[in-house]
Amino acid sequence: MTVPEELQYTTEHEWVAIDGPVATVGITEHAAEALGDVVYVSPPAAGAKVTAGEPCGEIESTKSVSDLYSPVDGEVTEVNADVEEDPGQVNTDPYGAGWLFKVRLDGDAPGDLLSAEQYSDLIKDAS
Amino acid sequence: MTQPDHTGDAPRQTPLLAVHRRLGATLTEFAGWLMPLRYGSETAEHLAVRTAAGLFDLSHMGEIVVTGPRAAEALDYALVGQPSALKPGRARYTMMCAPDGGVLDDLIVYRLASEKFLVVANAANAAVVHGELAGRAAGFGAEVADRTDDYALIALQGPNAAGILATVTGTDLTGVKYYASHDAVVCGRPVLLARTGYTGEDGFEMFCGPQDAEPLWDGLTAAGADRGLVPAGLAARDTLRLEAGMPLYGNELGPGMTPFDAGLGRVVKFDKPGDFVGRAALTEASRHPPRRVLAGLACRSRRVPRHGYAVLWDGEACGTVTSGAPSPTLGVPIAMAYLDPEVAARASPAGKTPGGQRESKLTIDIRGRGEPADLVTLPFYRRQS
Repeated sequence: MTVPEELQYTTEHEWVAIDGPVATVGITEHAAEALGDVVYVSPPAAGAKVTAGEPCGEIESTKSVSDLYSPVDGEVTEVNADVEEDPGQVNTDPYGAGWLFKVRLDGDAPGDLLSAEQYSDLIKDAS
Repeated sequence: MTQPDHTGDAPRQTPLLAVHRRLGATLTEFAGWLMPLRYGSETAEHLAVRTAAGLFDLSHMGEIVVTGPRAAEALDYALVGQPSALKPGRARYTMMCAPDGGVLDDLIVYRLASEKFLVVANAANAAVVHGELAGRAAGFGAEVADRTDDYALIALQGPNAAGILATVTGTDLTGVKYYASHDAVVCGRPVLLARTGYTGEDGFEMFCGPQDAEPLWDGLTAAGADRGLVPAGLAARDTLRLEAGMPLYGNELGPGMTPFDAGLGRVVKFDKPGDFVGRAALTEASRHPPRRVLAGLACRSRRVPRHGYAVLWDGEACGTVTSGAPSPTLGVPIAMAYLDPEVAARASPAGKTPGGQRESKLTIDIRGRGEPADLVTLPFYRRQS
């Protein structure tokens, strides 16, 4: 199971890449594998305000539907239209082409994001 | 994202669990058994069964053997069908009902010999079916034995199933008709070979001893390697049966409904000799128009209807989704739902095409938002034969 070193994670199985004022958000490979084939993704709309830890969209697989949570506070600047069109990219490339949305950070990133090591420990305990 | 919680007793294991682990299956607890949900992409497994072939472990199914000189009579009394009319080597889809007509399980009954029947029950209902059969058969002196642990069950399903099987058995498969069973040797192992399935494709189910399950699985896998055979899990099995319009106990069938509610009144054989459990209530149910009808829905949006979601007509509740899933074959989410008969008639699918441009008054409440859907004739998928 891949958990890239350079990313940060949440206990809700999202990943965040913070580049200056902008955070890119997706779901982890562990989450994608647990869901099965992703068939529908509904990220928050561009311009929407999101709050760390709050549901902001949904992601649906053959067997289930789950809320998407924002890992950060801020305003959505961009959503991945390609992945809305072809949700299977969440399974095939969760950390790349399967990214979901970008947020312009409102202040600092939350202090409770997990490192790759901490997230690896979390999913090890869960499985 | 939430993790499934693991509570309760340790699940039962099929004789093929080590094989599933070796194949990297995602395992899930289903009806008290640890079962393969999928091995890779469940959509790919589904499509493989539609276009080539899939191999399923169904060892969780309950096998109950009923024997004795009056075994046929006992089953005629215990079930709504007429197993006594079956010739040895033939099988029938049937149901067990409660005295009030509610469905306790849907079953396949195989007549193995004139005084020996194999009743295959859903895993979740196997204990109930065994208990009820034992009670109902007692007056006939028939012996009822739960033999679930003595059987593994492997299904080979898909358009290539017969071609694959022909390479590993001496049995002439053209002689094995739909809903027939034969004693056969497959991959050198003795099996009860039946031409049955739950996918909407041609295919076979093989009952074998637990010790023969792994060699049989491996032999079939090797035989199917160049014919597109893949292992397939319960996730694909569910979407395959949904496309084929086949009911699933707990979704379309349950103790609160009769076979007539499910549009399956034809399984009730009123003209068989003697009484049977549920006769009075079912006679009554057969005389009234159904309280609800089972209908097929195709969605126009990509959001997926799930079990329990409300169906609305012009904003008014008119039914409930029993099963829903993205359909790999149709490319849109589909659902079966119990609808108010009046609404089902008004929304008659005649002349309509799924996803057509006509405005639909039919919507499914998907977590607070009404998503338009079209009524379609069941099944969603029928194989070309």
